Amino acid sequence: MRRRFLFVRNRKAATGLVILGIYVLFAIIGPWVAPYDPSARGNDLVQGPSSAHWFGTTHLGQDIFSQILVGTRSVIYVGFLAGLIATTLSVLIGVTAGYLGGKTDDALSVLSNVILVIPAIPLMIIITSILENASDTLIALVIGLTSWSWNARVLRAQTLSLRRRDYVEASRASGEKTWRIVIFELLPNLTAVIASGFVGTVIFAVLSEITLAFIGITSNDGWNWGTVLFWAQGQQALGQHAWWWFVPAGLAIALLGTALSLINFGIDEFVSPRLRSAGTTKLKTASGGTVRMRIGFTPVLSAPREGK
Amino acid sequence: MRYFLQRIAFYLFTAFAAITLNFFIPRLVPGDPVQSLIAKYQGQISTQAIQSLYVLFGLDKKQSLWSQYIDYWKQILHGDLGLSFTFFPAPVSQVIGQALPWTVLLVGITTIVSFFLGTGLGVLAGWRRGSWTDGLLPVTTFFSSVPYFWLGIIAIYLLTGPGSFFPSSGGFDSGLVPAFDQYFIPSAIRHSLLPALTILISSVSGWILSMRNMMVTVASEDYITVAHAKGLSERRVALSYAARNALLPSVSGFALALGFIVGGTLLVEIVFSYPGLGFTLVQALGAKDYPLMQGIFLVLTISVLVANLLADVAYLLLDPRTRKEG
Repeated sequence: MRRRFLFVRNRKAATGLVILGIYVLFAIIGPWVAPYDPSARGNDLVQGPSSAHWFGTTHLGQDIFSQILVGTRSVIYVGFLAGLIATTLSVLIGVTAGYLGGKTDDALSVLSNVILVIPAIPLMIIITSILENASDTLIALVIGLTSWSWNARVLRAQTLSLRRRDYVEASRASGEKTWRIVIFELLPNLTAVIASGFVGTVIFAVLSEITLAFIGITSNDGWNWGTVLFWAQGQQALGQHAWWWFVPAGLAIALLGTALSLINFGIDEFVSPRLRSAGTTKLKTASGGTVRMRIGFTPVLSAPREGK
Repeated sequence: MRYFLQRIAFYLFTAFAAITLNFFIPRLVPGDPVQSLIAKYQGQISTQAIQSLYVLFGLDKKQSLWSQYIDYWKQILHGDLGLSFTFFPAPVSQVIGQALPWTVLLVGITTIVSFFLGTGLGVLAGWRRGSWTDGLLPVTTFFSSVPYFWLGIIAIYLLTGPGSFFPSSGGFDSGLVPAFDQYFIPSAIRHSLLPALTILISSVSGWILSMRNMMVTVASEDYITVAHAKGLSERRVALSYAARNALLPSVSGFALALGFIVGGTLLVEIVFSYPGLGFTLVQALGAKDYPLMQGIFLVLTISVLVANLLADVAYLLLDPRTRKEG
């Protein structure tokens, strides 16, 4: 409990979690609180933001604010589902490869390295375009299956360094079964790595989903932020100076991405406190000079200026 | 040397895997999208071209999967990727051949600039932790969370328009013919500035962040303290001792980053109607031009593999441990 409390006390992580919480809330209640039906046509065509339409309207008079609100669910759903799929795969493959070693490790490492260097976005585009009108779940599956390899590699490296530790050796010597060692000895120590991998994959999945929707190869019946941008681009929103059409969706993506990155910084800093942004590192010395504090360096405050 | 040969073997295997993947994807699709396209162009396609499409997409059901696979390889090795339907009757290889230089130059130059700029700033931010450089982090986080193409749209909206220096679309002025002369080159450069800037801004933050974190980690190593104790100049310790070692993960992380940047670039090209592979891909998608899509995926993958090989050569030069076995 105390550990978790410490994590939330990290300012970056807390900010990220709060923003993410708001998004998740809107993912749940979005369709109910949206003022209009996102697909319903209206009489105000390509109108700028007003009190009736906070984010303006599209070429068909649809309310963009409602489209963004309703679209949040699809984005969060695909992001988290794809993240979950990719994380599960990466834990299975990475930890197995790292713990078992030998031939299994070689085969699994080659597999994840191959997936790693094949460019993911073009692969997703090809697969999705062939699937035709893929649903959100299918999209999440495609993204999840193509984006686990980096985390698998990180987890493998981490497992390799853990499995020779004394406590693992001890439980092996006392005859623990392999699955028990993996679940009760290794996994708890991999939590931070797994969590940061998950958050990273969610960012990637959200960006991928929006990219796929933006080029118009996913299902047309649902709304997400990429679909909004797809229509904005297709209807020449730029030429009509309809900035309200594409700015909100982009900012929504950027804010969500920033929140997730902040959580990840929080995790990184929790694991390795050195990475924190330091406070003031310049100190006045007794003799009036300034000293810059650095890790691994003990300043002598009465000495003349450092390094000069 | 052994390390290098291992890497080459790995890339050959990956190329093999990618081509195999490319073989299987269209065969898993229910229905025959290509068959209907061929039917649409009945009478306009030569029998030989039809045969080549049959081999690429496995329309000849009488053959076993294995012999289809063998035929597929033969055809790929001849450089025959089928006919493009969007640019009918041009072969896919020709369409890609025209688009590839645009993408390679755009991605190549921006990635290299972004890598050096980002790494440089990362070294600074990591070494001078706690100075103004920490302010870079939130800004870069924000930019790395924005999709490339959205930034492109904003750039077009804000910076182009009548009388602006930056053209909003295309790869060169419409009146010009591609050639290496004094009219075409400046025009091409002017058209590439904004897409390049977009990719640069989006991709540089990743390098800054990873380099900064590595610098911070490396800065507390004993050999850094020793270097300070020897009385070496601050600059020398930062660059030759800390940065050199902190650089290694960035170089080996190149693989992941490059695939990501290539994906982003495709989208930027679409937004700017830049005549590279991304723009060609979106045209292919619109027309359900499967031969062209598959060809683009294959060529992109091979290009990324070649770039990774180059990054490995750089790694080889930077890390003496990989050269140990001689």
